[in-house]
Amino acid sequence: MTSAVSFKQVSRHFGSVRAVDAVDLEIAPGEFFAMLGPSGSGKTTCLRLIAGFEQPTAGSISIFGERAEGVPPYRRNVNTVFQDYALFPHLNVLDNVAYGLMVKGVGKPERLKAAEEALSLVRLPGYGARRPGQLSGGQRQRVALARALVNQPKVLLLDEPLGALDLKLRENMQEELKSLQKVLGITFIFVTHDQGEALSMADRVAVFNDGRIMQVGTPEDIYQRPKTRFVADFVGSSNVLPPDFIQRYSGQHRWGSLRPESIRVSQATSGDGVAARLVGTNYLGATTRLALDADGLRLHAVVPAGTALPAEGEAVMLTFNREHLHLMDEQA
Amino acid sequence: MTIAALNSKSVPAILPGSGGLRGVLSDLFWRQPRLLLFLMLLPPLLWLGIVYIGSLIALLLQSFFSIDEFSGLINREFTLKTYGDLFQAANLDIILRTVTMAALVTLASAIIAFPIAYYAARYARGRWKALFYLGVMLPLWSSYLVKIYAWKLILAKEGILTWLFGKLGLLWLLDGWLSLPIVGGNSLSVSFTGTFIVFVYVWLPFMILPVQAALERVPGNLVEASSDLGASPGQTFHNVLFPLALPGIVAGSIFTFSLTLGDYIIPQIIGTSRLFIGQAVYSQQGTAGNIPLAAAFTVVPIVIMGFYLWGAKRMGAFDAL
Repeated sequence: MTSAVSFKQVSRHFGSVRAVDAVDLEIAPGEFFAMLGPSGSGKTTCLRLIAGFEQPTAGSISIFGERAEGVPPYRRNVNTVFQDYALFPHLNVLDNVAYGLMVKGVGKPERLKAAEEALSLVRLPGYGARRPGQLSGGQRQRVALARALVNQPKVLLLDEPLGALDLKLRENMQEELKSLQKVLGITFIFVTHDQGEALSMADRVAVFNDGRIMQVGTPEDIYQRPKTRFVADFVGSSNVLPPDFIQRYSGQHRWGSLRPESIRVSQATSGDGVAARLVGTNYLGATTRLALDADGLRLHAVVPAGTALPAEGEAVMLTFNREHLHLMDEQA
Repeated sequence: MTIAALNSKSVPAILPGSGGLRGVLSDLFWRQPRLLLFLMLLPPLLWLGIVYIGSLIALLLQSFFSIDEFSGLINREFTLKTYGDLFQAANLDIILRTVTMAALVTLASAIIAFPIAYYAARYARGRWKALFYLGVMLPLWSSYLVKIYAWKLILAKEGILTWLFGKLGLLWLLDGWLSLPIVGGNSLSVSFTGTFIVFVYVWLPFMILPVQAALERVPGNLVEASSDLGASPGQTFHNVLFPLALPGIVAGSIFTFSLTLGDYIIPQIIGTSRLFIGQAVYSQQGTAGNIPLAAAFTVVPIVIMGFYLWGAKRMGAFDAL
C-alpha cells in the first residue's frame, strides 16, 4: 500500500543548523500520527516540509506516492491547522472557512453551504457571521479545523493544535479530534511537545531530537520500551538507570529505565532492595510523587495518595519487580 | 536557610511616602490618573484649538465674504457668491487639474511603494532594515527646495535624463512622449510629466512608511495559511495582503493626496504655466488681493479629503484596524 507520507533521507539545513537530518518516515493512510519532541527538535520543520512551506535540502518526500519536492503549498491537497490558528482577521468566520473553496473557484452559494456544514461538524453552527476576534481560543481552534477540513484534504497537519488551550478544553478537544479522525478517515499528523497528548491521541508516535527521529512506535512501545535514554527521559518521567546499576540486576552493561509507578517504597531499613533517602514529596491529587536519593542516584517513585510516608530526609527501602526493568538499545 | 541580605523581617510592609512636592504629586497622580492626562493634554489642546482650528475657522468665514469688483474692497456680508466663482470655467479647470494630478500621484506612489514596503516588512532584517529606513528618510533630511531644483536640472533639456535617453538610443521615445498633448512640452522640466515625477519623488516616503507599518502587522502565517488553502501568490495578494495593507495605503494616500492638493511650489518650479489650487490660493491672496476666493479655494481640498475618507471608510478600508 502506498504511504500517505513518505520521507526518504530527508534533510533540511538552515546554514549550519540541521533542523531535519536524514529522516526516514512512513505514515500510513488514515493513521493518526504524532510527532513528539522538545522545541527545536525538527518536528515542526518536518510538518512544514509536508505542507510545502519548506523545501528539503536533500532527500525525497512523497505524498500518496507523488513526489512533492518543488511543489508549492497551494498545489498540495494537504491542509494545516496552525498553532495560533492564523484566521484571517478581515473575514468573518464563514468566509474564513469558505476561503479554500473560494480560491478554487467554487460558486458562492455552494461554498457557503459547505462552510456551514463544516462549522456544524466542529460544533459551531451559526457562528458564521462573527469575526475571529470575537471568538474564544477554543472556538478559533474549531474554526481553523473547519477551514482545513472543508477542503477534504488527503492529509491534515496540526501544529501544536491544543497548545494555547486550557487543560479542560484541551482534554475535550483531544477526544473530539480523535473521534473526528475516526469518522473522516483522513490521515492526521500532529506536532506536539506534550507527551501525554501524543500518547493518548496517536496511533503511532515519532520521537524527535536534534533533527532526527529517535524512535517510532505505538504509544505503548514508546512508553514501555524506550530505545534510548532521551526517549525514556522525554516521554513521561521514567527513571533512567546507568549501566553499572543495570548490571547488578540483569548482568548486561547497558542503560535501562524503570517507570516511577513500578517502584515500591517501604520504611524498612534492612532487607532486599535499594537503600535510599526520601528528599521530597510532590502531591499530585490521585498520586504522590516522591523524589529519592539512592546513594547519589536520583530516582522518582509514584505512590497512591494516602499512602503512609516517612518524613523527608529519612531512610527508605526501594523494591521493584525485575520484569519491569527495561533495557535500552543504548550501550554504555 | 536564611540569607542575611534577603531577610525581609526588618522591612515594613508599607513604605513611607517619599515626602516633598514630588512625593505628594506622584501619589496624587497615581490615585487620579485622569488629572495627569488632563494636565498633559491641556497645552497641545490649547495650541490646536486656538492657533490651528481658530485660524482655520477664520479662514472659512472669509470664504463666505465677497469682493467688490470695482473697489477691490471686501464686502463682509454673508454670501455664497465666492463659492459660485469656483465654478467658472478657469477655476474649475484648476480644481480638476489638481485633483487629477493628486489622484495620479497617489496611485503611482502606492504602486511604487508597495513592493518596497513589502520587502522591508517581510524580508529586511537588522542592517538591511536600517538601510531601508535610511534610504526612505534620507531625502526628507535635505531641503525641499534643493531637491526640486535638483530635479529641474535632471529634467531639463540639457539634463542628465535627456543625455541618458540619448546614450540608450531612446531619444525617440522621450521626444514622442513630449510631443503628446497635455502631458508633453518643450522638455520634461516644463511639462506635467515633470511635475508628476517630482510630486511622486517628494511624497513617496509618506506612502512607503504607513504601508510598511501595515504590512508589518500582518502575521506571516496568514500568507502561509492562504497558500496552504490553495491560493496562488496572486490570489493571496488580492484576498489577504491587499485588504490588510489597505488601512496603510489609505493612510499613505491621505498624505500624498492632500500634500499634492495643497502644494504650490513644485508646479511653480517644474511644469507648465497652468495653475494648481495651491498656486491659485497664493496668487489670489497675494497679487490679486481676493482673500475670499483664496479662502474658497482652500476649502476645496478639505471637502475633497472629507469625501475621500468617507468613501474609504465605506469601502471597508478601516475594517482591519
